[in-house]
Parts: sequence; structure tokens; C-alpha cells
Amino acid sequence: MNWLTLLMVLPLIGSVALAVLPKENEKLVKQVALASTLVVMGATIAMAVGFQRDNIELQFVEKYAWIPSFGINYALGVDGLALVLILMSTILAPVVVLAGWNESQGGRWSVKTFYILILVLETMMIGVFAATDVFLFYVIFEAMLIPVYFLIGGYGSGERSAAAVKFLIYSLFGGLMMLASIIALYVMSGAQGGHTFDLAALSQLQMSSMTQNLLFLGFFIAFAIKAPLWPLHTWLPDAAESATPGTSVLLLGVLDKVGTFGMIRYCLTLFPDASKTFTPVILVLAVISIIYGAILAIGQRDLKRLIAFTSISHFGFITLGIFAMTSQGYSGAALYMFNHGFSTAALFLVGGWMISRRGSSTISDFGGLQRITPVMAWMFFLAGMSSLALPGMSSFVSEFLVLVGTFTRYPVHAVIATFGIVLAALYILIPVQKALHGPTTPGNENLSDLNLREKIAIAPVMAIIIVLGFYPAPLLNVINPAATHVIAQLGFSDPAPTSGGK
Amino acid sequence: MNAANYLYLSALLFTIGAVGVVVRRNAIVVFMCIELMLNAANLSFVTFSRINGDLNGQVIAFFTMVVAACEVVVGLAIIVTIYRSRRSASIDDASLLKR
Amino acid sequence: MMTSTSLVYLIALPLAGSAILLLAGRRSDKWGHLLATALSASSFFVGLYQLSLMVGRTNSDRPVTQKLFEWISVGTFKIDASLMLDQLSICFVLLITGVGTLIHIYSISYMSHDPDRRRFFAFLNLFIAAMLLLVLGDSYLNLYVGWEGVGLASYLLIGFWNQKPAYATASKKAFVMNRIGDMGLSFAIMIAFATMGTVSFSGVKEAAGHTSTAALTGIGIMLLVAATGKSAQFPLQAWLGDAMAGPTPVSALIHAATMVTAGVYLITRSNFIFDAAPTAQLLVVIVGAITLMFGALIGTAKDDIKKALAASTMSQIGYMILGAGLGPVGYAFAIMHLLTHGFFKAGMFLGAGSVMHGMNDEVNMRKYGALRKFMPITFATFGLGYLAILGVPPFAGFYSKDMIIETAFNSGGAKGIILGCVTLLGAGITAFYMTRVMILTFTGKSRWDEEAHPHESPWLMWLPMAILAIGSVTSGYLLSHGDTLVNWLSPLFVNHGERAELLSPVVVSGLALAMVAIGVAIAFVKYSRNEVAAVAPTDVSIFTTIARQDLLQDRFNEAVFMQPGQALTAVLVKTDEAVIDGAVRGVGRIALGSGSALRGIQTGFVRSYAALILIGAVALIAAIWVVTQ
Repeated sequence: MNWLTLLMVLPLIGSVALAVLPKENEKLVKQVALASTLVVMGATIAMAVGFQRDNIELQFVEKYAWIPSFGINYALGVDGLALVLILMSTILAPVVVLAGWNESQGGRWSVKTFYILILVLETMMIGVFAATDVFLFYVIFEAMLIPVYFLIGGYGSGERSAAAVKFLIYSLFGGLMMLASIIALYVMSGAQGGHTFDLAALSQLQMSSMTQNLLFLGFFIAFAIKAPLWPLHTWLPDAAESATPGTSVLLLGVLDKVGTFGMIRYCLTLFPDASKTFTPVILVLAVISIIYGAILAIGQRDLKRLIAFTSISHFGFITLGIFAMTSQGYSGAALYMFNHGFSTAALFLVGGWMISRRGSSTISDFGGLQRITPVMAWMFFLAGMSSLALPGMSSFVSEFLVLVGTFTRYPVHAVIATFGIVLAALYILIPVQKALHGPTTPGNENLSDLNLREKIAIAPVMAIIIVLGFYPAPLLNVINPAATHVIAQLGFSDPAPTSGGK
Repeated sequence: MNAANYLYLSALLFTIGAVGVVVRRNAIVVFMCIELMLNAANLSFVTFSRINGDLNGQVIAFFTMVVAACEVVVGLAIIVTIYRSRRSASIDDASLLKR
Repeated sequence: MMTSTSLVYLIALPLAGSAILLLAGRRSDKWGHLLATALSASSFFVGLYQLSLMVGRTNSDRPVTQKLFEWISVGTFKIDASLMLDQLSICFVLLITGVGTLIHIYSISYMSHDPDRRRFFAFLNLFIAAMLLLVLGDSYLNLYVGWEGVGLASYLLIGFWNQKPAYATASKKAFVMNRIGDMGLSFAIMIAFATMGTVSFSGVKEAAGHTSTAALTGIGIMLLVAATGKSAQFPLQAWLGDAMAGPTPVSALIHAATMVTAGVYLITRSNFIFDAAPTAQLLVVIVGAITLMFGALIGTAKDDIKKALAASTMSQIGYMILGAGLGPVGYAFAIMHLLTHGFFKAGMFLGAGSVMHGMNDEVNMRKYGALRKFMPITFATFGLGYLAILGVPPFAGFYSKDMIIETAFNSGGAKGIILGCVTLLGAGITAFYMTRVMILTFTGKSRWDEEAHPHESPWLMWLPMAILAIGSVTSGYLLSHGDTLVNWLSPLFVNHGERAELLSPVVVSGLALAMVAIGVAIAFVKYSRNEVAAVAPTDVSIFTTIARQDLLQDRFNEAVFMQPGQALTAVLVKTDEAVIDGAVRGVGRIALGSGSALRGIQTGFVRSYAALILIGAVALIAAIWVVTQ
């Protein structure tokens, strides 16, 4: 059974169904959209159950010739990492639809269009993680920009057009760098046994270290823009500030993961030597991102921008874990990707509810919400605790793994990165204090607490965050074999304890 | 007769046509100059066909004629439409694209 | 090691209480406090049951473990969620659940007028669960979970009345300063894993024998940083005074009896590291000595009864840390002082709460006076605690504090003499400021506000105070009689044998009592014989002014960390806008600019386009011609 294709087709069917529905019946449109995403989530979970944990080969593999004359295939397959990310994406989709029930209104286009865009985006989110053909990956990688562009530019707030264009141009720039590298790979593959875009075949190419370095940079810059790594991050705060909360969740939670996912899947696999060459630089950039993102988050006045900067800090941790080249770092980074999706989702969704109720995203406009809207305040607090990686929350496990994994090989980087946890306490507790504590500021007296729909939307996110904090084994068991495999392929093994202990 | 002479004639015709396109303002005249350039090219093709002793050049010449005919149809239609709306066939008057 | 199946209930019961109360919300307003108290009490009984089992076994069989599930396992980094109860942790378990339950009972009445009482009890239960996890975890990472868990509970409880901005700020300050300490713990865990490949207590203990001293010193110093954060020790002490913003039972439980002593637990638990890292151990002693003086000096100048007690707590924990830093002989005495301190300080805090309860939440001691007649039970229980902290025989503090002073003197060389003198001096200052508290609060003339109507608290409040007072009287004797506690804990520590005695116990006790007598006498002269002003006098010496400002700790932190930090943040925010995003926008502007420059060519005249095409084509052909020639 072609599970992955099925997953990709299901949202498309949903979007076609939406397209034929009458524009006026917005409620029906939303219900169909929610149902579609729920079906996809169910199908993904059903697929994940059948995943063989200890098998390091790609699973659920499909391969069909697409443009045979260029050696392009429609090829899909997942390893533990991709499976986890697909799972995250498809769980987040219904949450976003349900949580942002009303954010599609007041846009430039109809409610129907909004959900069609979301569903099309979901198809691409699955495809981008599942693709094993570099050309297919590239096509989806770029095509994903289109729905997001319209979601920001059409349904956002404030300077939405400018933010959408900035996002698009940044991403396109990176994408074109990657395209150049892909074409070079294709040309070289022709000289070494036949033109192909197959990832596994391309990873066997022989090339000089200079070529490898240049091609690596092409890929890496694309991914560093996506993942936002300092100093290529400035599109993210603008985009997050203008986008609707739901879009921001998909943007930061899922799309940006393509960057860190790509670093693992493409940079490390295709250019192992260049990866090692650039590791020192990348680690420094990652550490700068962690500290810089955190400090900038502390300095923000706008809630959405603040959350965006916390994500820059978190992506620094993920990148650090990936390039630490230890199994703890890698597994931690992979788990971090999953966890970050949910903790950012929680922050953005609750923050979005606060903002839509208050009509302002300036932090100082809030105040004393703890007394007026206790449930909402609690949810924001818990989301914040997850963001600052409090033990008991899933993000703690991943953040600590990244730090421990980095420390065994790069102690100095790990030590500096650890200062990020103090800054995290500041960037979370400052908005918590300003927005939730203190006396009720004028204009906030009549805000309503979360309704049932919103509670249902946020409950699974919180449940995942807390349950995985205490019991991350289900995910780690899926990720670990892939981690060991990738690290071993690169010729690394975990540093042994220096004292010769056990 | 030396086949090169045909090429010289072709070059001459092409140059006349090109100068005409650049210096004349009347759209009809410019249009005819374009036709002149096309036919200069045709003459070259046919000449090369003759020199090389195969039919490729002649085929291209026919192809060019067909394209030229289509172009005339579309081009004249545009000129007539412009003339109708602007009462002028001067191409310098139709410079709206610069804004 | 023996396994047990019931350890988890110690934590699960209060955790369940917290979850039920928080999830049920207002529906549990009526019975929530009773449930929370019952669950805390049942956890205490589980602890007693474990103690009875433990007493019945031989020394080496006493520790028990319980593996719950595999928590994190990546490569060689394998952490189980498992609990371990040994002779050390059982002391803490009983202290936490015992004092905790008493404070639950006290709070039923103390918080009865608060609309959010249920939430308060939920947080208390959460704290109990986290603190138990801290002392029951069998690895540094499990401890870390409890470590941050108590930080969270402390944050929530300090900020319980967070509608007041100052209280909200106090809670944030506590959390952030604690996080700095937590960072130290993270570093310690990382170093331990990198050098020893394990972070479990048993694993680290085993590996410590063949690990380099440098690594052990690093771990030790980082553990000390962690301890300074959680236990409000120098230089991370500044949060404790502000933490008094929380309701008084919280101050009694978290910021006096249990959480702030977690640092002592951490150092004692890590004895195998500190014993092998003399530098780290020396630093522990130094930190303890500085803090003990620091807290004592602050205590002399505070008019806020809770802040005076908080300063005293800081100072007393300084004693414990110092004791723990004195090596194998000191660990048991540090723990003993920790236990007795748990009784008398919690009792005094509850007494302070009782006074506040009767005085419309007034905390300024200058507005108290003559309360002895109106609150006899509070006076009696507070007074017993007072005698205990002074170290008057036969009260609890006499046994525990004198042991530390004695150990300090006997630790050898100049170090011993310096430490001995510091601890003696500290005892004298303690006597001074505690006597001051007693006099200002309970004796002399009344200086109350008009609307104050002091009255004794209801029995639900004085009963816990009375029980704690009994503990303050007897615990010292019980724990030290026949060296009960020392023998109980001895299997955990490496015994280096007896050291030479510099001073005999009798001499030390005599010196200590003399110091105490001097302190009490000065306080009497200063406060009992003169009229006490209801408003703090301003024409005081520079030393008093500085002491009132907590020895400038906040000013220092603000000047050295906060303001530069804020400046850096502001600069970076501007830089990000102007430089990094500016560069990006600059690229955009270059594209726009070159576009508008080149737009000049686009005249709109077809003929000029045609001419350009012609020129271009000719140029191209010419170029090709030139190249191919």
C-alpha cells in the first residue's frame, strides 16, 4: 500500500471537495477542512504504527518514473526522522484548523480559499519530508512558498504584503542557490554512471573537495535561511508578526523544520566531507543564534515577534545538535524539531487568542490576565514553560540531549549555549509577568476565557508536551537507529568517557 | 553567376530594412521594412540552399513566409486598432510602456 | 540494592493531589484543601512506613530503589526514571512530608479568606511532589527534574498574589536567579557524563575513584554554583529576601525548612566528589562562611519580620553549607542542623504568620510590641524556636550548631581557627538579631496602627506551631543522643577517622554560649531599655544603611548585570533592525536603484528599442567575429 502517496493525496481530495462547496457556507467549509486534516492525521498514525523501529533502511518506499528522459523519479520513503516530522505536521494541521477557526475571516479572499491553501500546504509538508528524489524535493520545497505567501499576504495583519514578499524573496534566493547545486550534482552524475536525481545515488558521487564545499554551501544557505540561522533570520520576525497565528504555527513549526531536516538529509548525506569542513563555522553560527535570538526576544515589545525570536534561539539548539556529530546531539536535535513544533504551536495559538481578544499584540497592552482569563493564562504559562525547557516538559529532554551531546565533543560551545537557558527564563517570564500578572490594565476587564473549541484544540498539544516530557521513549526509539546510522556513516562515534569509567 | 552576389544583395536589403525600422515613424512603413528584412533573410536561406545543394534552406524560407504572413495579419490588426483609437499611425505616439 | 514498589507513592500522592486540584478548578474549592492535606499526610505515613522497614534492616541493606521506566536512552546516555531511598533521603522525606503536612494544616486556616485557597494547596502539593523527587532521584538528572520542579513551585507560590507588581517581580527574580544555579547543575551533569559516562549517583561514586582531580573539581564547583542558587548562598543570595512576598506558610515550608536546604542535600549527596576535590570543598566552606556572616548582618537591620527571618535562614544555611564543606565529619552535622533548623525556623515563620494574621498582615516589627499578652501561644512557640536557634541548651540548636562550630575549629590549621571564629561570631550576631525580633514583637509598649486588634490564632494554626515547637525543643537531643544521626548516616560517607581536637566540646559550648550571651545583652540594652521608634530612624550609621539595603546586593546585581544586560539588549535590537535587516533591505534597495537607473533606457519608443536591438546584434556578431578570428 502506498501510504505516503495516500497521505499526500488525502488533503488534496479535501481541497478539491472544498473547491466545489459553496463559498457562502463557511461553517461547512471549515468542517470539511477539519475533517480532512483529521483523516490525514489518522492515516499518518496508522502508518506510523506499521513503522519498523530497528530498520535503518528507508521505509514505505515508492518509486515511479516521472520525467524519465532526465532521470527524474517520483520517489518517496521515510526514515525515523522523516516519520517523526510527518507525524508532527499532520497532528499540527487539525490543531491549527480548529484553533484558528475564525482567523480565515477578514482576509483578502474567501474563507474557502484559506482552507484550500492550508490543505494544499499540508500535502506539500508531507511530500517535502518524504521525497527521496532531489528534484522532487526541490519542486516541493519551492512550491511550498506559494500557499504560505498567499496565507501571509492574504490573511495576515499589519504590513502583510511586505512581510509576504520578504519571506518569498528570502526563500527564493536560498532555493535558487540550492537549484544551482542540484543542477551541478545532476551534471556530475551524468559523468559518473548516468544522469539521476536519486538521493542515494547522488550521495555516492566522487567530487573534489572544492566542488563539494561549493555545492554544500548552495544547499546549506537554502536551509540556513529556512531554519533561520543567524544572520539570515530577519525575515522570520516580520513574517510571524504579520501572519495569522495558525499560519505562523505552520511556518515556524513545520516549514522551518525543512531547513534543519534538509541539513541532515541533504547536507550531511550528500557532502559528508564538506559538512566536516564547515562544522566549526556552523557551530559558531548556531551558538550565536541561540544567544542572539534569546537576547533579541528579551528586547521585543510585540508578542508575535518575541515568539519568533525564541524560535531563532531554538533553531540554534537544533543546528548545534545536528553538527555536534554525536548520537545524543543528533537524537536531541531530531526530538527538538518535534517538540519545538508543539511548544511553538502552543505559544502562537494561545498568544493569538490573547491578541485577537485584546486587538493588540503589544505585550504592555495586556496585564492581569491571570485574574480575568485563568485558563488562557495557564495555557500561555505552560507553553512558556515548555519553551524555556522546564524538566517535565518534552522540550527539556531534547534540549538537554543536545547540550550533553555537544559537550562531549565541543565543551566550549555547549557551555556558551547553556547560558541560553537563563536567557530563556527571562524571555518567557518577562512577557508572562507583563501580560498575566500585575493589576488588570484598562481595556482588559471584559476579555473572555477560552471557549470549548479552543480548549479542545490546545489540550492535545499540552498533552503531547507533558507526556513526552516524562516518557519520550516512543519517539526516541524511532529516532535513535537513524541517529546512530547517520553518525556512523559520517565516520563518527560518540566520544568515550575521558576517565575510562563505564 | 557567383552565388555570393545574392548574399551581398541580401545583406543590402537587410540593412535597408533595418535602417527603415529605426528611422521611419509611420507604422506601416516600419512594418514593410520588417518584411523587407524577413525577405532578405529568405534570400540568404535560399542562396545557402543552392550553395549546399540541399533543401533545408528552402524549407526554412517557406517556414519564414508562413510566419511572416501570420505576423502581417496580427501586426496589421494591431496597427489598425491603434489607428482607430488614436487617429495616428506614428509609432512614437504609442509609447505608453515607459510608464 | 533492595527494590521497593512503594517509593513511587511518596511522590504520586501529592502529585495527584496537585493535578486534581488544578484540573478540577473551582469545582474543588470546597474540599480541595482537605484532599491536599490528606494526600500530604498519607505521603508522610508512607515515609514512616519506609523508615520502619529501613530500621529493621542491617546497615548495608537499608537503601532501596524502585525503577519506574526508562526515561531517556540515547547511545550511552541512559537515564532511568528510578527512585532511591537511603538513610540520607529518608531524613529529607520525613522532614518534607512532616513539616509539609503541618503547614498544610496551618494553611487551611491561614488562607481561609483567600478566594484562591484551592490553587494555593495545589501548588503546595506540587511542591511536595517535586521536592520528594529531588531527594529521591537516583541520578543527577532525576534530581535535576525535582530541582527545577521546586523552582517552579517556588515561583508559583512567591507570585501567588502576583496581581501586585512587586510580588510578580519577586517571583521572577527568584526563578531567574535559580536558573543561574540550575545552569551550574547542568554543567556538572555534562562534565560528569563526558568524563565518567554516567550521571547516576552510584555510577559517579564508583567512577570518582579513577577520574582526574580537575574534572572532579569542575563538577564540584558547578554543584556548588547550583547549591548557591537554590539555597540562597553568596553570590546568588539576593532572591531570598524578596521571596518573602509569598504567603507566610510558603516562607516557612519552602524558604526556610525544605527547598532552600536542597543545596545542602546536593553537596552531602555528592560527598564522594567533594572528598576527592579539595579545592571545590574549600570553596564550599568559603561560600558557607561568607553567607553566614552576610545573612547575619542583614538580619540585624531588617524591620520586616519575615525578611529578618529570611536573612536568618540564609545565615543558618550558611552554617550547614560550611558544615558540609568540612568533609566527612561535617556532613552528618550539616544534616542535623538542617533537620533542627527545619523545625525551629518553620515554627518561627508560622509564628510570624500568626502575628501577621492578628495584625492585619502588618510585617513591620516597629509597629508591633507587647503582643505577648495577646498571643500567648504564639509567643510561647516562637520563644521556644528562639531559644533553639540561639543554641541555648538543651534546645535543638545547641546540639546541631555547636557541632558545626566545633568541627570548624577542629578542621585544622589557620583555616580551622578562622572558620571557628566566623561561626562563633555568627552565633553572637544571631543571638543579637533574634533577640531584637523577640523584643520588638512581643515585649515593650504597643506601637500598633489604630485599626489593629491583635488576637490569638485559631487552633488549626497554633497546633502545627506547637508541634514544631516540641520539635525545636527535643529534636537536637534525640538526634545527637548516642550519635543517633551520625551513626545512621555513617554508611554513606567515607570515614577518615578522628582528627586532632583543637578545642574540647565543653570549651566550644562555653565560648558559643558566651557569644550568645553578649549578643542577647547588646540587644537588650539597645531595644528593651530604650523606646523603639515606630518609624525607622534615618540618622543611622552608614553600616546600618547598607545592612538595610541587604548589603547592596541588589544594587550590585543591577549595576553589574541588569543594566549592562538591558543596554546590550537595546543595542542588539537596534543593530538587528539597522545592520542585519538593514543589509538585507540594502540589497533590495540596490536592486531597486539599479532598476530605476536602467529605466532611462526604456523610452517607450519602439524605434529606439529596434535601434538598440540592432546595435546589440551588431556588437554581438562583432564580438563573436573577434573571438573566433
